Amino acid sequence: MTEHLKMDEVQPRLLDETGQGAITRPMDRPEGPLKVSGRATYAAEYKAANMAFGVMVRAGITKGGYSIDESSVKDMDGFLGVWTDHMIRNSAQGMMDTNPVQLGQRVQYLGQPIAVVAAETFEQARHIANRLKVDYSPEDGDVDPETASQVDQSVALDQGDLEQAMKDAEFTVDSTYTTKPHNSAPMEPHASLAEWDGEKLTLHGSYQMLKYNKNELADSLDMDADDIRILAPYVGGGFGSKLGIAAEAVGAAVAAKALKRPVRVVMSRQNVFEMVVRRTETRQRVRLAADKDGRLTGLGHDNRQSNLPDEGFSEPVTLATHFLYGGENRRYEQEVARVHRMAAGSVRAPGEAVGMLALENAMDELAETVGIDPIDLRVRNIPEIHPESGKQYSSRSLAQCLKEGAASFGWDQRKGPKERREGEWYVGMGVAAAARTNILMESKARVTLNPDGTALVETDMTDIGTGTYAILGQIAAEMLGLDPSKVTVDLGDTDLPAGSGSGGSWGAASAGSSVFLGAKAIRAKLAERLGCEPSALRLQDGMATGGNNRRPLAELMEGPIAEEGHIEPGDMSDEMQQAGYGAHFAEVAVNSVTGEVRVRRTLSAMAAGRILNEKTAASQVHGGMIWGIGTALHEAIEHDPRTGHVVNNDLAEYHVPVHLDVPQLDVMFIEERDDHANPMQVKGIGELGLAGAGAAVTNAIYNACGVRVRDYPATPDRIFPHL
Amino acid sequence: MKPFDYVRAESREDALRADGRVIAGGTNLLDLMKLEVETPDRLIDVTRLDLREITRQENSLRIGALVSNADLAADETVRRDYPVLSRALLAGASAQLRNKATTGGNLMQRTRCPYFYDTTQPCNKREPGTGCQAMEGFNRILAILGTSDKCIATHPSDMAVAMRALDARVEIESPTGETRMLTLDEFYLLPGDTPEKETVLEPGELITAVHLPEPPKGKQAYRKVRDRASYAFALVSVGAVIDVQGGKIAAASLAFGGLGPRPWRNADVEEALVGETPSDAVFDKAADVLLADAKGFGANDFKIPLTRRVLKAVLSDLTGVSQ
Repeated sequence: MTEHLKMDEVQPRLLDETGQGAITRPMDRPEGPLKVSGRATYAAEYKAANMAFGVMVRAGITKGGYSIDESSVKDMDGFLGVWTDHMIRNSAQGMMDTNPVQLGQRVQYLGQPIAVVAAETFEQARHIANRLKVDYSPEDGDVDPETASQVDQSVALDQGDLEQAMKDAEFTVDSTYTTKPHNSAPMEPHASLAEWDGEKLTLHGSYQMLKYNKNELADSLDMDADDIRILAPYVGGGFGSKLGIAAEAVGAAVAAKALKRPVRVVMSRQNVFEMVVRRTETRQRVRLAADKDGRLTGLGHDNRQSNLPDEGFSEPVTLATHFLYGGENRRYEQEVARVHRMAAGSVRAPGEAVGMLALENAMDELAETVGIDPIDLRVRNIPEIHPESGKQYSSRSLAQCLKEGAASFGWDQRKGPKERREGEWYVGMGVAAAARTNILMESKARVTLNPDGTALVETDMTDIGTGTYAILGQIAAEMLGLDPSKVTVDLGDTDLPAGSGSGGSWGAASAGSSVFLGAKAIRAKLAERLGCEPSALRLQDGMATGGNNRRPLAELMEGPIAEEGHIEPGDMSDEMQQAGYGAHFAEVAVNSVTGEVRVRRTLSAMAAGRILNEKTAASQVHGGMIWGIGTALHEAIEHDPRTGHVVNNDLAEYHVPVHLDVPQLDVMFIEERDDHANPMQVKGIGELGLAGAGAAVTNAIYNACGVRVRDYPATPDRIFPHL
Repeated sequence: MKPFDYVRAESREDALRADGRVIAGGTNLLDLMKLEVETPDRLIDVTRLDLREITRQENSLRIGALVSNADLAADETVRRDYPVLSRALLAGASAQLRNKATTGGNLMQRTRCPYFYDTTQPCNKREPGTGCQAMEGFNRILAILGTSDKCIATHPSDMAVAMRALDARVEIESPTGETRMLTLDEFYLLPGDTPEKETVLEPGELITAVHLPEPPKGKQAYRKVRDRASYAFALVSVGAVIDVQGGKIAAASLAFGGLGPRPWRNADVEEALVGETPSDAVFDKAADVLLADAKGFGANDFKIPLTRRVLKAVLSDLTGVSQ
């Protein structure tokens, strides 16, 4: 049986009634010991009998035709073959569900996967891939987004008259910000082991959204998706880079089929920097018009970004700008320059991660122009209803996050630029709001309750390091009245019911709701057997109570009870403006000699509905703040101005924060329930932790030393000349 | 990685006899081999050799070529008498790398110019005569001093900068058993027309030690400016030894990282300081001398004013002059 719910109306708060106490508490991840002791098996760690090793070959030109010269390598030690069939230009975009662009013998960016080489050992394959002679017929192509000849322009909204609002305003801000491209660079590089059994393909991979990945792989290989099984029980980070099927999966499948042997392909770190997707660079212009009290009368947020030709994705830079603050005159314009650089796609918090840098910096500038506290300015501009659609907001604790966070952080100790100095260091504080659209996705899970008081949760949902194993077990335990240690969670197998996949911060709410529903159906059966209404049923520590009966679960069961839960988004998604909110605070020190910035402490006050696990949720926010520090201070893909290729394609020169860059990170959760979101009243939190985080850091830089960094990242050279 | 022969040298004679590329910690060479930037036919592993001692000799401290960066940084004598070296070592790489990297290997590490690492790109250092993509490309971390029209790579070492300021000499043994001692200015070559040739080390020669002279008088400092708090190469670094006597600068020794193709030292800078009463104006004059021939290539232009600021701050600290 399937318990199906389309989220068309508000649901009762059942999790406030259940009394197991499994949920919300900061439970450790059950799979944690496996991971830290090396016993959790990741894609590249599977071995198959008679396995061969594949390596992707990288294009050495920016644009043009190519052909490979197999004779240049066929006599090399261990050579098994080289293939160009089915090569995908870049990873599939999230939820694409079809093949990414496949060009045949064409190159559209330097670093594109153009062939897969297989050999008896990994070292041989890598050497062959390096030595393979490729004949190119190079062509000219645009690589600079600022001068590209093809630019797709669109105006998302032009409401009222922003130009006039800017003229009439008491105070205005009109600032342009730039951000560099970013790479997800997950700790675990993309890896696939492909094994064929006749026409059936089994792929051990590292992917976020298996039900789509299966279709993307099938479409790329021109085969039937029913013949593919993908297994990804452990994924070492994704951050968007594993949303869609990537080149190594296609390469492994092609080589394995031709060789009639299992083939494993692992991307090198350099491959990950080129063959997957980057976050686009952006140039953003933010215009704010305000009255004498700092209330917004107009708001404009334009951006220019880039992507490859024929790539459907564009960074939704203004996602949060649409609903965070009021102001009746609004305009958004977007330009996507078509360039021959690696593909742009989803990287952690697409949209907010860079869009909120500009918006929240501009708000900081406005606060200064108006002469009021940045927190007051933000609170003053929280709109009653969505300023564009007129929708009501669901739960929205933005003001509490700002105010309670400020109190906890010691915001009242903040001074003006250059007013606080410790030795060579200027010290300052910054704040930024956080907002991340909440999304519910279709998801299915099977929950089985056994008479011995254990339970099993099964779904093809993934745990990409986020804590899915923990929270799905907690939800089932809470609903079934079991200790979480009694619940086993099986994930990452396309033979299991299709979950939402991990992406867009919807995993916990969506996959979690499907588990909730499956367990709810089991509760209904138990209530029936106990002879009470489901609403009267209490399950706790293996005992069922209701209708004056109290019995051990085992006595109510003749055998296992298995139910499938199925959640679908409904009217609530359309009718209500749903988002998670928060406020980030940062204290930074800026060196007066060198312009070096050190973040000294941060606080993130977050409101994301019910928190399923305070530990894994806080970990997500920590990760978001670390991304925020990296976005503000370090991260930048550098493209060569002539070839467009990624120059700093490794972790030595693509800087992410290291331990010494990351200080004490504090997180506080504001108690909240979102009745419109899903039957558990939870909202996504993963990407909320990043939204706005970097702006808190750059706003703190200004407060410390009076330098406005509008070109990210805030490396020393962008600061010291102005000190 | 190209297949290679591996020879483990059991004695110095073994090492000097064998014809191949010397490997110790391998923290840089292995990366370069994986990318096939370096494709040696034979590796000679010297890690079994008896070169791990730090020994105090008459008028000098002899640091065996295989002393790890971690051990050297932690050595009591080094910390007490040559703190600039200890600080420089700890400013470099990560704890894991410092455990593996050796004194000799650190001197021999290659540039971090990203075009050198990408075999699809022309590079005069990797493939002489193919051109330099860095000059008009992404050159943020590259050199402003000592460049040529063939190459603008920087030497990435922190350790070598401190050693340069300390007048260290490299002990080199030749296959015929002779030993020669070179200052780092003598040891490292400027790129000129042959950027592929970075040192005067001849085939078959082996670095066996680095010698530090008597501890210098005065105060020492190592200051490194970088893009993140740790695990990043220097944008600019300064290794300094300054002695002030009777209100005047009696001796000055200054070496710089992140600026040139070798640890940079310019005697004229020191001359501009010695005998002077420390002041902002004197420091500016020293910076003028240092940067007289500095040339930026766009993205690294900022290094010129940054170097001035850092140099002046270091001099202020060591002389007690407040800026």
